[in-house]
Amino acid sequence: MAGPLGNVLVAMSGGVDSSVTAALLAEAGYDVVGVTLKLWGGESDSGCCSVSDVDDARWVAHRIGIDHHVFNFGDDFDRYVVEPYVAAHSAGETPNPCVECNRHIKFDKLFRRADALGFDAIATGHHARVVTDGDAVRRIARGADGDKDQSYVLHMLGQAQLARLLLPVGHLTKGEVRAKAADLGLPTADKPDSQDVCFIHSQGGRQAFLGDRIPLATARLVDTDGRDVGAVDSVELVTIGQRRGLDLGGDTGRRYVIDIDRPARVVTVGRRDDLLVSWQRIDGLAWSHQPVDGPLAFQCSAHGTPRPGRLDGGAIIWDRPQPRVATGQSIAVYVGDRVVGGGVAGAAPNGFDPGTSGGGAGPAESPVRAPEPGSR
Amino acid sequence: MVHYLDNAATTAVRPAAVEAMLPLYTEVYGNPSGAHRMARLANQVLDDARETLAEVLGAAPGQIVFTAGGTEADNLAIRGALDAHGGAAVCSAVEHHAVLDTVEHYGGRIVSVRPDGRIDLDALAAALDPALGPPVTIVSVMLANNETGIIQPLAEVVDVVRRSAPQALIHTDAVQALCWLDVAQAAADADLISISAHKFGGPKGVGALVVRDRARLAPLFIGGGQERDRRGGTQNVAGIAGMAVAAAETVAERPSAVPRVAALRDRLADGIRAAIDGVFESGVAAGPGPVDRSIKTANICHVCFEGIESEALLFLLEKQDIMASAASSCASGAMDPSHVLAAMGFPRELAFGSLRLSLGYGTTDVDVDAALRAVPAAVTRLRERS
Repeated sequence: MAGPLGNVLVAMSGGVDSSVTAALLAEAGYDVVGVTLKLWGGESDSGCCSVSDVDDARWVAHRIGIDHHVFNFGDDFDRYVVEPYVAAHSAGETPNPCVECNRHIKFDKLFRRADALGFDAIATGHHARVVTDGDAVRRIARGADGDKDQSYVLHMLGQAQLARLLLPVGHLTKGEVRAKAADLGLPTADKPDSQDVCFIHSQGGRQAFLGDRIPLATARLVDTDGRDVGAVDSVELVTIGQRRGLDLGGDTGRRYVIDIDRPARVVTVGRRDDLLVSWQRIDGLAWSHQPVDGPLAFQCSAHGTPRPGRLDGGAIIWDRPQPRVATGQSIAVYVGDRVVGGGVAGAAPNGFDPGTSGGGAGPAESPVRAPEPGSR
Repeated sequence: MVHYLDNAATTAVRPAAVEAMLPLYTEVYGNPSGAHRMARLANQVLDDARETLAEVLGAAPGQIVFTAGGTEADNLAIRGALDAHGGAAVCSAVEHHAVLDTVEHYGGRIVSVRPDGRIDLDALAAALDPALGPPVTIVSVMLANNETGIIQPLAEVVDVVRRSAPQALIHTDAVQALCWLDVAQAAADADLISISAHKFGGPKGVGALVVRDRARLAPLFIGGGQERDRRGGTQNVAGIAGMAVAAAETVAERPSAVPRVAALRDRLADGIRAAIDGVFESGVAAGPGPVDRSIKTANICHVCFEGIESEALLFLLEKQDIMASAASSCASGAMDPSHVLAAMGFPRELAFGSLRLSLGYGTTDVDVDAALRAVPAAVTRLRERS
């Protein structure tokens, strides 16, 4: 039985944002059903899928008077999120599992399930807004809380999904969300934000998770002159642009990973300037509606500063040189506060001369294909 | 009108059981271990219940140990035997988690089943081989499976165990069986038998374990020495009385209930199979002619549908007021693919599309008609739209 505003399936993680999402929609007069996705059966403590999270979601649903179900999407999560995550690290890329989960699980599998079950829309607790521009085109826009904005991880949404998506907490700050939860007496009001990748245990971290699944290789750390300056435990976990977690001995200057030669197991560190490039390929670019011309802004990490540039063929031409983006990272494309599309970082030119160290410009770091001027 | 087709999960409490229980909460509420008149009255209630259950289960009254349900009875049998005697536990791969997980917890041996869901007796004999390690202390094989209704050949199991491991105790989880099988006869040679009241019209949270005289168990709960030192803790007097009444009524009705419910179940299962393609019923041979469900209890219609997922099906059935189950779930409420179907060799994809419609003594033609309208339509919708 649809309510006056239609019936909505709310993805409830057991956290405060999705709890308030469900409460707001129920208050507004939607016919709301909550669902918690069981995605991961392994060990994890960082914010999803545990029995206690499901219990929290169920408790909230009971408190606000809505039905609650649990869907087991574990097999799809393994196939579309976890396995590609492991494979990407194995290939020396820097994957973004949250984006892949949104793409394949929340906004594909769950959408299809909701459709088959007769729901008009689905809702999530993401801090982003669905807006309709004058031309009746729907877009994801940045959430009202700049610090919590999650529009970046929703860049893959197209018109069909946006037409049936509700993001009610995108208009609120995190503080307002927590206040609302407390007002409603929701048990999740003070629950801490989830951290990091949901299927990775905070104790062992990525090292332990990947170490159980793929062989991890140590690597030499060298400077741009090829001199040894340290070592890393697992080259598979090193990311272009990384600064933290490098054991550089007495070297106190700010050093960044500027090149990774996996076959030779050599990681080159250098200055920030050594990372700067004039262009970067963007693979799998998909638009939320039509392709957009002209000046664009590109956000290359969950909370990164958007970088100005324009598209030329399959590459981003930066307005001014920008640090290389690690291959495999998601790139969201913005016009103002609107997400207009997104893709995945591909090859970029090397920002430095690898010299004679034996590391440096292997095939993986070379532009696979020069940008093709004028093509689109 | 709600169509409750999840009687293998739990049942409505029989009115006569409720009636028997109520005064034990408000009038005769003495502690059965006490010395005064009200305590003695409560103890008498236990004695009467013990006699009733002993008759129902083919045991002596002193062999009945009251527990807080089937899971506790299963745990008491296995852990109690291992704790008292050491050695190894053996069970079939299709046991309820109360048995399977307990045996796995103690590093026991799991015996495979054949594609029809019945235990592989050769594999059982092999698992009893003294050369494998510590001697086998206890073998646990259920009477009827909770997901599929498939009945295990317990007499043959007993033969194999007595021959290959004469020292081993034989336990059978008869939790799903009491409504549909003559447990006293079927489990006559078992040393330990578990039952659970809420599966046959009694209240939740109460059950019993038959402990034959040759079986010596260590208690799970040490305390006031109740149940002849086999289970400490004040007995659930009212629940036990309700269980006894429900058991007596169940057994009295059984001769008429089994054929009546089997006919309903056959109409339901045959109707679903006739209405749509891609239906696989557990425990029956493929082939032309009437379907032979003789190795299944009368109440279970258990099928797997190609190309759909149970969670979505159950959601649509609930909208039609049909309460059913996929027969497998984990603590989070999510549906994990069934270990029973995996053990029978069902492909994982197919196991994700399982549906268990379990009938009970209250099920009528109206319920079957409702399910026959709803199930094929829902499966078809899901196949078209997801």
